[in-house]
Amino acid sequence: MAFTPAKETYSGKVYSVAIGTGEGTGTVGGENVLPFHSFEGAAPNRPVIAFEIQDVPPADWPESVKKPFEAVSDDPVKWARFCQDELKAKAIALRLVGTHPDRENRSAEDAAKTVKDVLAAVNVPLIILGSNHAEKDAPVLVAASEAAKDKNCVIGKAQEANYKTIAAAAMANNHKIIAMSELDINLSKQLNILITQMGFEKERLITDPMCSALGYGLEYTYSVMERIRLAALTQNDATMQPPMLGDIGMYVWKVKETQAPEADLPHWGSLEERGIAWEAVTATALLVAGAELLIMRHPKAVEEVQKTIEELI
Amino acid sequence: MALTGVEIFKLLPKTNCKKCGHPTCLAFAMKLAQRQATLDSCPDVSEEAKKVLGEASAPPVRPMTFGAGDKAVKMGEETVLFRHDKKFVNPCAFAVEIKDTLSEADIAAIAEEVVKSEIDRVGQKLRIDAIALTNASGDAGKLEAAAKTVAAKAAGVPVIINTQNTQAAEAAVKVFSDKRPLIYGATAANFEAMANIAKANKAILGVGASGLDELSTLTDKIKGLGVEDMVIDSGARKAKEIIENNTLIRRAAIKKNFKPLGFPIINFIQREDSLHEALLGVIAITKYASIVVLSSIEKWKNLALFTLRQNIYTDPQVPMQVEQKVYPIGEPKPESPLFITTNFSLTYFIVSGEIENSKVASRLAVMDCEGLSVLTAWAAGKFTASKIAQFITESGVEKDIATKELIIPGYVAILSGSIEDKLPGWKITVGPREANAIPAFLRSRG
Ligand code: B12
Ligand code: SF4
Repeated sequence: MAFTPAKETYSGKVYSVAIGTGEGTGTVGGENVLPFHSFEGAAPNRPVIAFEIQDVPPADWPESVKKPFEAVSDDPVKWARFCQDELKAKAIALRLVGTHPDRENRSAEDAAKTVKDVLAAVNVPLIILGSNHAEKDAPVLVAASEAAKDKNCVIGKAQEANYKTIAAAAMANNHKIIAMSELDINLSKQLNILITQMGFEKERLITDPMCSALGYGLEYTYSVMERIRLAALTQNDATMQPPMLGDIGMYVWKVKETQAPEADLPHWGSLEERGIAWEAVTATALLVAGAELLIMRHPKAVEEVQKTIEELI
Repeated sequence: MALTGVEIFKLLPKTNCKKCGHPTCLAFAMKLAQRQATLDSCPDVSEEAKKVLGEASAPPVRPMTFGAGDKAVKMGEETVLFRHDKKFVNPCAFAVEIKDTLSEADIAAIAEEVVKSEIDRVGQKLRIDAIALTNASGDAGKLEAAAKTVAAKAAGVPVIINTQNTQAAEAAVKVFSDKRPLIYGATAANFEAMANIAKANKAILGVGASGLDELSTLTDKIKGLGVEDMVIDSGARKAKEIIENNTLIRRAAIKKNFKPLGFPIINFIQREDSLHEALLGVIAITKYASIVVLSSIEKWKNLALFTLRQNIYTDPQVPMQVEQKVYPIGEPKPESPLFITTNFSLTYFIVSGEIENSKVASRLAVMDCEGLSVLTAWAAGKFTASKIAQFITESGVEKDIATKELIIPGYVAILSGSIEDKLPGWKITVGPREANAIPAFLRSRG
């Protein structure tokens, strides 16, 4: 029997968001189809993977993901260069985790200096993240935005509690922002609306519906992302059309599966490969659900996900 | 080929006798079209109408059982394209490929690996479900010999007989008679003979084609030969084609009730690079495969793929939960510690696992919070001081313990004072935040 494929036409489109400046500029989003459905529409840009680096040495990262950066991770500038030059990073995500009051409690000025130094060292787009302490992130990200003025960075994360300050600073200094809410499509929509009501252009937003690791709530992130994409494409809902972020590494590299030695759990197999697989599988699942921008840690996981993206295009 | 209400109506008796419980034949037809009624409610429907309608109202993806006995795998029966709409029904099966060119010892070793692949995660037993026995030698005798080794070493594990050679298929399928194997299979060149073998041996027939048009034609012809249970392969091997073809197949089945593609999908994703293979597995699992054929089954890879399958196939409306009660861990004595947590399966299994690790016999009071994690339940007002106090009082655990001490999760340290107020005579101790710190916490208590 003859088969006629049921192709969909979508009424909406994901915004295409350019990040970075000059030669290193990258673009995320822009598709008018569900993820990797190029058979029925256009998906002009590949998803972008940013390597995560920190302003302080990664003391809290498990051994297997600390090791590849051993020689460089004492200094964010060296670390950033290594990612760009050796690992061919398409983007870098600098997490200012050292500003957290329970960590090194670094000041906003210290953070701004780190941002300046890193920006001077690389030309790929930079994502600048706070420590996820809503209160402290406000002054830190304001200082970081100013330090990175006109570099078209991605600043994050703006949450319900602090979006006003962060969005205003990003606007004044020509950056994009990440709007993060907690695994709920309505909260995500609401935050995007609140931010655009301040006069922040919706085409400059990136949505983070909150990540979760394989085995630890991945199905929630997966379905929220799928629903956001469907709303954007089939209902042409403009508040759901920013590209989506999957902040993979920090969720994956804290679960037991990426840390427990094989000696303790022989039926779980090799720790090294298990950790890498955990990150790569989480990332690939979220790409299929609709993420266009990923933040990851392990070079091998990034390489494999990149390879899979090439096969999906 | 979904029929519309009006098309169905034309086939009904049109007497409006109401025996089906609907006011008119048309009303009943509309319900049938929406799959909210079944044809057997109308006693007067003609045989001819039954045939046409039965076909149109059958589940969009044909249900079938692969294998026999307690390791049999259910496939098909899917009803949606996106898991948030409704639970995906039958988790895909993982099959490892074994080539008949391997030595008997190697074949036996992989078969044993399959048998030992089972692990427990969040209360579910997960395993490599099947073996795909490939006739790489092209020789019927070799395939048969390999089949015998597999049957002996992995008894009860469902088998895919992977050959297009009818002679080889016939020889191997006999080894699994009454075990409902899958013969993969049928192509445009051999489908008549393969259909006969499948029929004679009550096997499922795997049908391979290049492209969906050829595939539809082929399944239609095979069905004409009397084979109902098929598993389909569109020929997709690259990630891009797997997403495209699997999506178009599922869409045709669900949205158009297009019967020639209303079968479970088999994806062959074998790759040299095992991690890359795992990532193709992600695509097959999330995008509608019913059988995923792998080239190797390292433990780390199994764990990751099992976990993803479990995540994707959980019910999006109801989190996995465990029963509310006080669980003994080890053999607790009156002076053993008492912990409390919520009944979200993941939370329970992580916490109980860590208590077990500590080798300190304990009691774990698991409170019904509708399957929410500790912080989610707290944020939703289901894990509050008064509810905890009520649960502990009603559980009667008090009479089993020497000191009234309750250890609460570190993330809800804020509750300790108010629980003490509501449970007079009890001491509330704040445990660590993360469960993996429980062994050290218990050690420090001496
Ligand atoms: C998945 C998730 C959901 C899912 C629910 C999943 C579920 N079945 O619970 C959904 C999407 C439904 C959801 C909803 C909400 N959520 Co929610 N959710 C999460 C998320 C991402 C993961 C939760 C999870 O599965 N954790 C894994 C389990 C295993 O963790 P756990 O139960 O806490 O157990 C650990 C420890 O507590 C410890 N432990 C457990 N028991 C015990 C016992 C003892 C004695 C000890 C010592 C230790 C211990 O061991 C475990 C491992 O270390 C978290 C954020 C995060 N990453 O943690 C937010 C989070 C819990 N949610 C939050 C909120 C606010 C909500 C909502 C109220 C908001 C909303 N979005 O509408 C709703 C409420 C739900 C409702 N019904 O009203 C907040 C809670 C804020 C706070 N600090 O209180 C969090 C922390 C997000 C955030 N702010 O970052 N959520
Ligand atoms: S029982 Fe059959 S004939 Fe009677 S009303 Fe219903 S559909 Fe019509």
